[in-house]
Amino acid sequence: MRITPASDSALLVTFGDSISFEAHLRVIALFQALEQLRDPRIQNLHPAYASLLIDFYPLSATQGELESLVLSQSSKFESRQGLTAEPVEVPVCYEAEFAPDLANVAQHLRLSAEEVVTLHAAGEYRVYFLGFSPGFAYLGGLSQALRVPRLETPRTHVKAGSLGLAGEQTGIYPNDSPGGWQLIGRTPQRMFDPLEDPPSRLRPGDRVRFRRISRVEFEQLVRDQEHGK
Amino acid sequence: MIHVVKPGLLTTVQDLGRYGFAHLGLSPAGAADSLSFRLANFLVGNHPNTPALEITLVGPTLEFDANATLAIFGARTSTSLPLNQAFDVSGGEKIAIGSLLDGARTYLAVRGGIAVPSVMNSCATFLPARLGGFEGRALRAGDCIAVGENVLGVGKELPSGLLEELSRTGPGTLRVTPSLQHDWFEAPEVHLFREQVFTVSDASNRSGVRLRGEPVLPHVKRELLTEGVALGAVQIPPDGQPIILFVDQQTTGGYPKIANVIAADLSRVGQLRPRDKVRFHFVTMAQALQALEHQETLLYRAFAL
Repeated sequence: MRITPASDSALLVTFGDSISFEAHLRVIALFQALEQLRDPRIQNLHPAYASLLIDFYPLSATQGELESLVLSQSSKFESRQGLTAEPVEVPVCYEAEFAPDLANVAQHLRLSAEEVVTLHAAGEYRVYFLGFSPGFAYLGGLSQALRVPRLETPRTHVKAGSLGLAGEQTGIYPNDSPGGWQLIGRTPQRMFDPLEDPPSRLRPGDRVRFRRISRVEFEQLVRDQEHGK
Repeated sequence: MIHVVKPGLLTTVQDLGRYGFAHLGLSPAGAADSLSFRLANFLVGNHPNTPALEITLVGPTLEFDANATLAIFGARTSTSLPLNQAFDVSGGEKIAIGSLLDGARTYLAVRGGIAVPSVMNSCATFLPARLGGFEGRALRAGDCIAVGENVLGVGKELPSGLLEELSRTGPGTLRVTPSLQHDWFEAPEVHLFREQVFTVSDASNRSGVRLRGEPVLPHVKRELLTEGVALGAVQIPPDGQPIILFVDQQTTGGYPKIANVIAADLSRVGQLRPRDKVRFHFVTMAQALQALEHQETLLYRAFAL
């Protein structure tokens, strides 16, 4: 673990400089420990693959005090469970209408579209962190067999709920936005809603599973959501 | 109610920001020049975190249907209305804020505040996700916004000398501390970064202030693993043109950061206009904190009067 000042109001705690499951677990353990403290001196926490940025109010805490706080938490978190016990289940429809890149992905991987979907839906994933836009979760744990590059030209418009692949990651666009990931499905579920508590369906450290649904069920879930069920 | 006759270039409802949600991908948003924002509220007797209008480059024209007490604070504007002091408008009166002259933003505070629902503990408009503020967006002609009743005390006058005290460094100089990848840049590149005068690009907004100049390139060529980014980080994308990450920024990023604007100078970033000239001045952490303490002590004394 290394602690480095990023600014007069922020410290970066790093656990190595590559993506690994071990680094992820340590980031999440520290993130959860600090979040539970609800320390008013801490303004924001930004977990990422192998680091946690801590924004603090510099007139209420010195960098030294923050470092001590981090160190005292890190001695505790080795023993922590840290991660959620039950995976969050996200329904996804992989049918062609919602999967504009599925054929290309399958061709690139020398698999059938059905094999891509089966592999993807069978996996268990971890929310490494959220970024890019509110509620956008970078999920790790993608099968080696499903790694494809980003689109050469990003789309200017990706529909909210779209499920994408990029390198060793998979993720869902929570809002309509531009995006360069290859799209292989869509969830009818709202992934981010500022008026809900919690606003985001996924949190850093969550385990995630995808449940494959039909077009009919997709429509049903959209209707249920609109009626506030 | 306040009727928006002309919306201006980009007029949004802001407060001091939405904290505690960076782990869900939300930057704080909030007033780009939080110093001016707080002083505008101060003049009309509001709590410093009361929602007010942030006005960008070209101001709105507004019609009030009831008497109100207002204050405009921030960049000077072409209006004939009084600046930096509270004034009253009568029901039916129309005011034009005009064009901003010497900065990018000015704040219009209304005694009682702008009444918008709090979303995730803040009234700040976060434009990239279209949330908070007035329907998550900039004001448009025809909008009707409500005035709140969120009054703290009586309006105050600015203590004499406060303005001069608050603007000790020139407008075009931003003080910075070295940031996480400072050592990815060799001495000649750091020199180039420190000594040249950059120009603010037209493509700047609340997410980032983009600068143009002679490219500053790191000697380390490897890709940075995406990490959290702090407010005011000066990141260097592959074209070598620095971007100051600002209030609506993304919460994580993968470009090296050579420096970070000190907290005491973030309000200055909010006043940079396209084509303004800007340079960076490195200070120590201790100097950065001293500057912030000085600024906040002045404000604290002003509010406590």
